[in-house]
Amino acid sequence: MAESMKNTLTKRKIRWGEWIAETGIKVVAGASILLIVLIFIFVFREAAGIFSGKTVKSENVRPIGSTDENSKPEEYSLPDDTDTATNKNGTKAESNSPDVYNPEIEEIKKPAETPVSEAVAASQNRSIWENLMSKVWQPVGEDPKFGLLPLFIGTAKATFVAILIGAPLGILAAVYSAFFAKRWLREIIKPTIEILAGFPSVVVGFFCLMIVASLMQSLFGLEYRLNALVGGFGLAVAVIPIIFTITDDALTSVPKTYREASLALGATEWETAFKVMLPAALPGVVAAVLLGIGRAFGETMIALMATGNAAIFSGSFTEPVRTLAATIGAEMGEVIWGSLHYNILFFVGVLLFIISFCINLVTELFVKKRLARKFQGV
Amino acid sequence: MAKDNPIKLRTENFNVYYGSKRALHNVSTEIQANKVVAFIGPSGCGKSTFLRSMNRMNDLIDTFRSEGEIEIDGLNIYDKSVDVVQLRNRVGMVFQKSIPFPKSIYENVAFGLRLAGKISKSEIDGIIEQSLKRAALWDEIKDRLNDSAMGLSGGQQQRLCIARAIAVNPEILLMDEPCSALDPISTAKVEELIAELKVDYTIVIVTHNMQQAARVSDYTGFFYMGNMVEFDRTRTIFTSPSKKETEDYITGRFG
Repeated sequence: MAESMKNTLTKRKIRWGEWIAETGIKVVAGASILLIVLIFIFVFREAAGIFSGKTVKSENVRPIGSTDENSKPEEYSLPDDTDTATNKNGTKAESNSPDVYNPEIEEIKKPAETPVSEAVAASQNRSIWENLMSKVWQPVGEDPKFGLLPLFIGTAKATFVAILIGAPLGILAAVYSAFFAKRWLREIIKPTIEILAGFPSVVVGFFCLMIVASLMQSLFGLEYRLNALVGGFGLAVAVIPIIFTITDDALTSVPKTYREASLALGATEWETAFKVMLPAALPGVVAAVLLGIGRAFGETMIALMATGNAAIFSGSFTEPVRTLAATIGAEMGEVIWGSLHYNILFFVGVLLFIISFCINLVTELFVKKRLARKFQGV
Repeated sequence: MAKDNPIKLRTENFNVYYGSKRALHNVSTEIQANKVVAFIGPSGCGKSTFLRSMNRMNDLIDTFRSEGEIEIDGLNIYDKSVDVVQLRNRVGMVFQKSIPFPKSIYENVAFGLRLAGKISKSEIDGIIEQSLKRAALWDEIKDRLNDSAMGLSGGQQQRLCIARAIAVNPEILLMDEPCSALDPISTAKVEELIAELKVDYTIVIVTHNMQQAARVSDYTGFFYMGNMVEFDRTRTIFTSPSKKETEDYITGRFG
């Protein structure tokens, strides 16, 4: 008996069917991860062009006519030309220049021989960082300005409005559906809002562009039809289903016994929902809002259609704004391949990626664990 | 034995239905003030249903329907004019599973107090200390009132729930198998507590553990198949029950 037992135990069977299935799954999983990694590498590589200086001459740096007409040495050295004055001997900025350009020789010889126009020279003399940190986004022109600040401010304003509208609505709707709604009503509300999450954003954008914008303008007497408020409203429509769904899940996963215990102490349904259930679900609610923020600033089509798309450096919510994502959406189709502008659009993409990565990281590591520790005393 | 106290809670032909299923059949009983009453019986016999009817926790169940009366101090609690929130404030409950809220120990006990309305911090502090002392928990946790209640042991959590329930100063305390998830030492502590609390409260306890019923209660009711088979002084039930089913159950022949 013991002998035969030993024999069956030590005889290893190779289960070929399982092995093949397992390997297949591994390959598929590996391929999808590889694909994502490749996308990142591509985006980062294209963005890196800004710093490596290997950019194709873009429409911006096209030499204009004869050099003599446009570039006069006297003008170049004028001190009141702020763009030039910022970096006269900016050695870092020679990235786009043709081979003959040498800033050291430049210092001695004076720029009479420079073949590019004054404006272009100015743009080249500014460091790329100064350009990115300026307050003007004007990527096409003789002196292209790639100031990201108005885009950041625009994104922040639109996202802020979206969360200001979307978070309370989404959370309260979830509280209602989880605790107050009758069961049949809940069966209607939940799927309806979840369908909204899969709603084509172009339709939402169109709705905002045509109807909400006019409505808001006539309601508040706004100067601009499309502005941060209209855009933020459109983004809120995209954000609400996310916040609703995750908050609802968080609320319904709070043990039902909490509700009983609270009611048994003489709490009303209202007090139970807001003093016991909502605090107990707080980590999930915070995660919902953070994901909502991520969705709002990553959303492209609604922002493109409803915000007015003017890169204005201002704090006013009634002025048009342009978001980072919308900028890529609007300009990537017409940009010259490999130009500085092209690289900068990819750089904007990298920034979007980094920001959303940070938000997710904060959600995952910091908020959830902290709150869990605080409330569950782990 | 115990002399008769005034009647605190009285039921008259009380019936409970869950949908079409009848869970309680014409239960009539009288519970005296400042006594401990235990309900025993096999699983699904209706004893918990009866207990949860006393503070209308069953209202939370959609299919629940009741007939007959439960009177507390002469008032039918199923009357339309009764405010359920106020009722639950007066009839506290401790559950089978200890359910501390995911808040600090302090906040757990303060929760019920704050619901009652405006109350000063020093008053709250006083009541919390008093409640925790009564629940025999104060000495163990007085230095960490602001720690999360989830970090306490099972027995401590259950005593915290008792402290939370008595902090709002109810008149009746319902306990739904309060010791079934506790170890013997914690159980002993809770039982001791019950004996002390009956000075101030009327206590109704549902238990699977017959020894526990015998130890802590003055009166015992035996439930079987939705009927209250027998209700009498605990000693009588456990020494000379009048019904055959009761005898069979307490001698361990079924259940």
